[in-house]
Amino acid sequence: MKFVPGTLTISSSPHAHSPNSTRRIMFDVCLALLPALIAAIWYFGWRCLTVTMLSVAACVFFEWAYRRIMKKENACADLSAVVTGILLAFVCPPTIPYWVVILGALFAVVLVKQLFGGIGQNIVNPALAARAFLFSWPLFMNTWIRSGVHPAVFSNPSSAALDGLTAATPLASMSAGKLPAEDALDLFLGQTGGCIGEVCTAALLLGGIYLLLRRVITLRIPLSYLGTVAVLAFAFPLGGANRLDWMLCQLLSGGLVLGAFFMATDYTTSPVTHVGQIAYGVGCGVLTLLFRYFGSYPEGVTYAILIMNCCVGFFDKMGIPKRFGAVRQKGGEAA
Amino acid sequence: MPRSFFGGVHPKGCKELSREAPLTVFSPKFVSIAMSQHIGAPCKPLVAVGQHVTVGQKVGDGAGLCSPVHASVSGTVVAVEEKPHPGGTNVLSVVIENDGRDDLCPDIHPRDSIGDLDAQALIDIIHAAGITGMGGAGFPTHVKLSSGLGKVDTVIVNGAECEPYITADDRLMRETPERVMGGLRVICKILQPTRTAIGMEANKPEAFAAMKSVLDENVELLALRVRYPQGAEKQLIQSVTGRCVPPGGLPAAVGCAVFNAATCAAIYDAVYLGMPLVRRAVTVTGSAVLHPSNFLAPIGTPFSELIEAAGGFASAPYKILCGGPMMGLAQYTLETMTIKGCNAVTCLSEKDRRRESAQHCIRCGKCVENCPMHLMPVFMHKASAAGNLERLKELNVMDCIECGCCAYGCPAGIPLVQSFRTAKRLLRDAAAREKEAANK
Repeated sequence: MKFVPGTLTISSSPHAHSPNSTRRIMFDVCLALLPALIAAIWYFGWRCLTVTMLSVAACVFFEWAYRRIMKKENACADLSAVVTGILLAFVCPPTIPYWVVILGALFAVVLVKQLFGGIGQNIVNPALAARAFLFSWPLFMNTWIRSGVHPAVFSNPSSAALDGLTAATPLASMSAGKLPAEDALDLFLGQTGGCIGEVCTAALLLGGIYLLLRRVITLRIPLSYLGTVAVLAFAFPLGGANRLDWMLCQLLSGGLVLGAFFMATDYTTSPVTHVGQIAYGVGCGVLTLLFRYFGSYPEGVTYAILIMNCCVGFFDKMGIPKRFGAVRQKGGEAA
Repeated sequence: MPRSFFGGVHPKGCKELSREAPLTVFSPKFVSIAMSQHIGAPCKPLVAVGQHVTVGQKVGDGAGLCSPVHASVSGTVVAVEEKPHPGGTNVLSVVIENDGRDDLCPDIHPRDSIGDLDAQALIDIIHAAGITGMGGAGFPTHVKLSSGLGKVDTVIVNGAECEPYITADDRLMRETPERVMGGLRVICKILQPTRTAIGMEANKPEAFAAMKSVLDENVELLALRVRYPQGAEKQLIQSVTGRCVPPGGLPAAVGCAVFNAATCAAIYDAVYLGMPLVRRAVTVTGSAVLHPSNFLAPIGTPFSELIEAAGGFASAPYKILCGGPMMGLAQYTLETMTIKGCNAVTCLSEKDRRRESAQHCIRCGKCVENCPMHLMPVFMHKASAAGNLERLKELNVMDCIECGCCAYGCPAGIPLVQSFRTAKRLLRDAAAREKEAANK
């Protein structure tokens, strides 16, 4: 092979790069969310799939459309809108009307993400912010069908049509100070009412472990979040419930596991420093239980994470590591 | 549990390409001896065009913080002119046409014993032999030794060779461990440390065994965790002793002195054989090279001749690096010559190119996790892009060792090291301006 002068590339080191890429990370998150989607389809039927697909399509469309209208480069290939779409569907009930999903996607992608500058620039988690916004229609966001009830795919089920098929969620009973009807195993497997992606803890953990193995996330945020909830729930059970049962039901109900592994760990809206990440996880845990115990709405994960998202700058500052060599370390054997 | 440091990355080693290729003596047609191969003042040429020179003859020297340079082949000086240097600039060089006879300079005499030499005499021999740090930075070794006198309690030999692809030190330790050990004995005679250690990454079992077979009783041989940048001076000290070199400080500040394995071998050659630093082990490797090899090549060998000796290009080169892919310097021409600190010529082909262009930071924090210097690259990059000098100072950007771990792991492919080099330059320029203003 003959060398042609003037064809060499000159650039700053390093000249090697890990196979890691934004797209690869987002793809991993999508893969990790797949078991929970399959579980949702198992428990609540095919409407979970159509809601999720619509949500993804709407998020990608709004991302594409906004950037086209604003004459910015197309960023759909990074797959971040797909992740937002899946997560948005996951925090909606299986009976959510389709138009509400589209409205949520518009809010998440355009108002929360793109208006702040797009990927990496948003202050709060788009999917959770959209969920908070969609609570303007509490009727749609608060209808909980029992596990095993499969709402029809091509309908926007009204609450009248669902009469007799709904049930109180475990969180609602715990908010009222008593243990849910389901036991911890039911909750772990997902035999309960709830949002599309949150019910099956087993499937979520499977995805979480995948993300840990792929080093997309670390344990710092999920562990400090879940650990704080566990300790506080164990210490302060309501209504004289058994401490251990109460703690397990708190951990396995609602969107806690989904939130701890997939929402609180969202890169853009969580701290980058190790100490900051742990403090942020603890903060999420404390706020979640405060909302669950004292809020008028039984779930607290959404608001806990959204509030903590706003404090990320503070946590980052607090966690800045000690300057290398600033204080002489101990351990020199020959000192 | 192998020892380690904070942060770091684990890039693909690619050392299998050249690790079984023995060191081959290579004799180029021409060599260009650069007058600046070290940190400090450049040398002044001592020879003129047409003059005959012999191997080991001094061809350049200077005053102050300087290290002399020597003819690495015998032959005729055909030019004293500016030639491309691995650093990217053109540097005054003495170009010698090799007559292939390898006539030795008559001043070179082996020593049977060094028992009657004191520390200063040994340092003078090392200075006269033109020995500089051979791991890349090129700090004059005699300065390191004399500034460490009385301050150093730990001497560490750096055999980590943590850069991917490079196998020059590996081969050196495998083939001539007694030279490395001999050089270390000289260093210990000068510095009188209480602890002496040889550190190498655990991926070189043959070199480990070879070093073990010649090891003195009081020297520790340590297998370190295979993690880049294990061989960076500050990280190696941290791994071996647990001590952290203070910001802006030298290893002597924590009682340590680190010498590259190749530097040790050069010290042995200088002290026992009387031979100045005229050749070194160079790995010629990469996916664009037909037969990746390890050469014992005269200093000043043009890259083009080395690549040709390695069978030429297997595919069109995309980048040619002096050094490895993590910290190596990209070259624009094959006319570049090797210098004392050049341990490898890495030729990357099109398939090593990252396909995606740089994207937006997603704040994943991988750079913070990877930084062995406890820095916050994610914020440093923002401040650098904004030219915010105050913030850059606050973030200690000057502590950056440019190891490349941040940029290596960045999923968005942001050229972070480039950004920090710019930032450091901005800070240095600002400091110089301030000084100038104060002097007025």
